[in-house]
Amino acid sequence: MYRLRLPPWLVLLTPAFVVLLMVIAIPLVLSFYSSFTAFQLTRPETITRWNGSFNYKKALSDVYFWSAFGRTLLLVTVALNLEMLLGLGLALMVAKVTRGQRLLRTMMMFPMMFSPILVGFQFKFIFNDNVGLLNNALQSLGLTDIAIPWLVDGHLAFIAIVTAEVWTSTSVFAILILAGLFAIPQDPVEAARVDGCTPWQTFRYVTLPFLMPFIYIAMAIRSLDVARAYDIVQVMTAGGPARRTELLWTLIGRTGYVDARMGYANAMGYIAILLSIVFTVYFFRKLTTARTSLGMGD
Amino acid sequence: MDQGRSHRIRRRLLSLAHFIGLFLAMSLICLPGLWVVLNSFRPTVEIMAKPPVWIPTELNLDHYRAMFGGIGEGGVPVLTYFLNSLVISLTSTVIALLVGMAGGYAFARYRIPGKGAIFVTLMVTRAVPGVALSLPLFILFGRLGIIDTHFGMILVYVALNVPSTIWLIDGFFRQVPKELAEAAEIDGCTRWQAFWKVEFPVARAGIASAGIFAFLTSWNEYALASQLTRSLNSKTMPVGLMDFTSQFTLNWGGMCALAVLMIIPALLLTFLVQKHLIAGLTFGGVKG
Repeated sequence: MYRLRLPPWLVLLTPAFVVLLMVIAIPLVLSFYSSFTAFQLTRPETITRWNGSFNYKKALSDVYFWSAFGRTLLLVTVALNLEMLLGLGLALMVAKVTRGQRLLRTMMMFPMMFSPILVGFQFKFIFNDNVGLLNNALQSLGLTDIAIPWLVDGHLAFIAIVTAEVWTSTSVFAILILAGLFAIPQDPVEAARVDGCTPWQTFRYVTLPFLMPFIYIAMAIRSLDVARAYDIVQVMTAGGPARRTELLWTLIGRTGYVDARMGYANAMGYIAILLSIVFTVYFFRKLTTARTSLGMGD
Repeated sequence: MDQGRSHRIRRRLLSLAHFIGLFLAMSLICLPGLWVVLNSFRPTVEIMAKPPVWIPTELNLDHYRAMFGGIGEGGVPVLTYFLNSLVISLTSTVIALLVGMAGGYAFARYRIPGKGAIFVTLMVTRAVPGVALSLPLFILFGRLGIIDTHFGMILVYVALNVPSTIWLIDGFFRQVPKELAEAAEIDGCTRWQAFWKVEFPVARAGIASAGIFAFLTSWNEYALASQLTRSLNSKTMPVGLMDFTSQFTLNWGGMCALAVLMIIPALLLTFLVQKHLIAGLTFGGVKG
């Protein structure tokens, strides 16, 4: 009897491919197709109205699109760097603790358990100008007696959003770096100390290079997350007031669902996904180089 | 002598700074969360008071009572939401782990043409946010008739978690020397037995850490769940949070009570597997 023999790796990977095809690939093809049409959510028949690359040209010449693009880029840069520095500091401090470290590690991961939508509401309340925790604290301490409009002023709202992002995700960096600190072989560190390196030199030239792969992994994961930031910002400011905190995906979500211009929204979505891919590939390259230089490559 | 003393003082100052720094950092991390817990026990009048009430004068279970109470008294069907969340998250985590184990094993043990490209493609699926998928998925699931079902949500969450699961587990299987499984096969195990008896136990930590990430993702996801769940059939807790909002007002105390209910299972699970988590990330992520 004839039996088709597939290579075992293909059999093992098939379930993964099937699920991803169903949930990610087919919807993406659908929305890719609709990005070339004048599809409007309220009039389903418009999905067949082909208008070529009109949506893409429109997006690329749209001021709002580019300002959201720039703001997303700025958010990724600011949030990632802050999270990296704070996460590194936190991990170094926690690694030094000898007693009760298990408890500290769980506390450290506390923010990761909060749903992004919940984080949005939580910080919306903390930064509320009237009854928010922050203004209340500032006023009670006598630092100010005015109600600072945290979520109304464009710059302040950006700071508020960065704070929320940093609060939820510094722990991602912290655990990954902590994992790295535990994995460092002790010989080079001791050798550096015997050779008379100062603690700073040991950190800078021995510990840090070893931690770099861990940092790049965290960067790769987080750059994707921040570039597609939606839940937190949508709840906190919904891109407003008057588009002052508009990010790529809040703009895309509103164009698609509220203005019902789905075709146009999907075109912008594809440009945004391209941006994310650039980040991923960049950090993956960095990761591979860092791994190779440490002799951990493939 | 003098030098020794100043050295000692310096060391003591450093450890004091370490303690203060750690204390400050932990407070900043925990306070916003604990504030939510505290507010769930305070009457709404006190939460909204101006000037603020810093030291709670009254703590009660009113928000919890109202939440579990009837629909008319501001109650929400929390138990249903909780069960939906639990069934969907646990099932999708288990399936994602099985699919991810198969995929990760394939990546770690076989020569696959175009391996790097397949790998990056898997990761890129993470770049697509829920908002972008929700409409096409809604249309697709509508055709298949699986909108507002547990099955539909489980399918979605398996897909969301499979790429990172494969990534973590692949790195972990690579840590297990090939010779170990080969030795088992020489001793008379089938490949299947060798996997379960030898390779799986060694890679358990990596699988645990992949599991917790998958669980937290499904447990907390909102954008897709808000579009694909319509009724009590499948509505999950993050979507349930919206029951506390109306057009202009927001029942903050009630929302906090539901939030506490959402956090407890996640906290328990993380505490149980956190030791594996660190180990899992070390091997899975980096050495892979």
